[in-house]
Amino acid sequence: MSVTSTPHNDAVQSIVSNYRSRNQRRLLLLVGAVAALSITVMIDVMTGPASLTLQDVLSVIFNPSRASAQQKVIVWDLRLPIALMAICVGAMLGVAGAEMQTILNNPLADPFTLGLSSAASFGAALAIVLQWSLIPGAGVFFVTGNAFVMAMLTSLALYGFTRLRGVTPEAMILVGIAMLFTFNALLALLQYGASELQLAQIIFWQLGSLARASWDKVLICVIILAIVVPYFMSRSWSLTALRMGEEKAASLGVNVSFLRLSVLAGVSLLAAVAVSFVGAVAFVGLVGPHIARIIVGEDQRGFLPCSALAGALIMSGTSIASKAITPGVIYPIGMITSLIGIPFFVSLILSQRKRHWQ
Amino acid sequence: MTLIAHDISVSFGTRRVLKNAGFDAAQPGQLTALIGPNAAGKSTLFRTIAGLVKSDTGTIVLDDTDLSALTTQQRLRRICFMPQFFTANAALSVFDVVLMAQKQLAGWRVTDADMTAVATALDSANIGHLADAYIGELSGGQAQIVSVCQALIRKSDVYLFDEPTSALDLRHQLDVMSRIKTAMKQRNAIGIVALHDLNLAARYADHLLLIGSGRVLAQGSPKSVLSDPLIAQTYQVAIQTGTGPREELNVHAYAD
Repeated sequence: MSVTSTPHNDAVQSIVSNYRSRNQRRLLLLVGAVAALSITVMIDVMTGPASLTLQDVLSVIFNPSRASAQQKVIVWDLRLPIALMAICVGAMLGVAGAEMQTILNNPLADPFTLGLSSAASFGAALAIVLQWSLIPGAGVFFVTGNAFVMAMLTSLALYGFTRLRGVTPEAMILVGIAMLFTFNALLALLQYGASELQLAQIIFWQLGSLARASWDKVLICVIILAIVVPYFMSRSWSLTALRMGEEKAASLGVNVSFLRLSVLAGVSLLAAVAVSFVGAVAFVGLVGPHIARIIVGEDQRGFLPCSALAGALIMSGTSIASKAITPGVIYPIGMITSLIGIPFFVSLILSQRKRHWQ
Repeated sequence: MTLIAHDISVSFGTRRVLKNAGFDAAQPGQLTALIGPNAAGKSTLFRTIAGLVKSDTGTIVLDDTDLSALTTQQRLRRICFMPQFFTANAALSVFDVVLMAQKQLAGWRVTDADMTAVATALDSANIGHLADAYIGELSGGQAQIVSVCQALIRKSDVYLFDEPTSALDLRHQLDVMSRIKTAMKQRNAIGIVALHDLNLAARYADHLLLIGSGRVLAQGSPKSVLSDPLIAQTYQVAIQTGTGPREELNVHAYAD
């Protein structure tokens, strides 16, 4: 690089420094989101029937010798698994939605669109109504197990279909919608023959709840995130290129079919686990990525982490709201995500400068 | 280093798009214009050279290497292909779009050299002011200039441009064509440009390649190809050539 200051050199330098400061802003934003997330987790642990102060929570976590046994139970056994489960599931749904929208080139893609959520609900209903377990020896986890197996089977069917007929986004969406209606019909069939008690259970399952959280489930979520997210990150340029159209991506050296299939596999795993653990939580997988898109754009280096953080923040906020609206009552999270999230989302759409899906 | 295609046939299902098409050695540092009517097979020929479409017969040889021996990835490092269309509604900044080509889609680390290379490319294409804009916000012509910029930042042996000037005004058509021509000379690379504007082809290309109904019908210097009766027959127009005020070759087409 020459140091002589010609007009062109100045122009080049100013483009570079603009780009640098844009990257720094993006990084700051991500750091800010992580900070906000740790605050919501703290608030989440503090709220509930027995209110704890911030000091109580911090001393239980960092200075256990000074905390009472009761406080330890509340924090470690009851609230922390729920708070962490919320951010894990939120991140999983956010990432799953972001990459589904990317590979299917469709802004409406999320675990719902591909029928994964209805398949999971159907699996859970199988367990509740007919007491069938799709995993032998699943024990107390058989409702969750069934939901997971059905969601994964749906993805496999989708995967098989696309192998057979070629991987076009249109075909994948259409097959997903066919799955959605099939499983809704099957679910209705089960509900028709169910007792009142079973019906209540199915509906409660579908509405979604974080109360089923446990340390084991949190660990499973963390492991899956730790496997899938690094893979997606390593493919970030290719996924970004895919947003410019298949032919453009292919001309830059992306193996489009393989990328779609491998990302579909990762997305299915994320969505199936998340949905089977907390129920059919709509909206997070759809809106998390849209918030990220509006804030940082679709370059995957920002889009992927921002979608995960947006999903995690939504779920964490939902977890707090579900306990705080009426003291002593915990509302189903599926309801809250929609009721609180949608006005926020609509205001974001109205304020954005350009529609990116036309 | 030369690029030679011999006896290329491509079909999509039962429809034969290229029929034993081939061309003589394209020379480094020179620009070849690929001309022919709509649906003649220009894009398919490009995609076949780039390895994105498998040919039923024939060989494409670059500098003694049979390209079919390379993986698609290796092939696309040596052959840079700019497709005609790209979806320009994404929330991706112009800088990032060019940066991804500079990085060859690999590696998260963006060095100072990468950033300077991208900024220089944008500046020399006179789109430095658009660096932060999303490609979804650009006009069709601006998007096309970005696309050319994205192709030229890659270091390849062969450059294929599929109608790089179709959305551009007069000034930008000339700008883009002369930047492509200069780049081919400086890099001693082989350039092939698909064009509909025969005057532009006559002005900038060293060679013309006429393709019609999947066959290569004529090739050679602009003068010889443009005065070949086959060209009128292929385009189904009457064609007359002349000399313009600056001694350049002019092409006039008449519908009758």
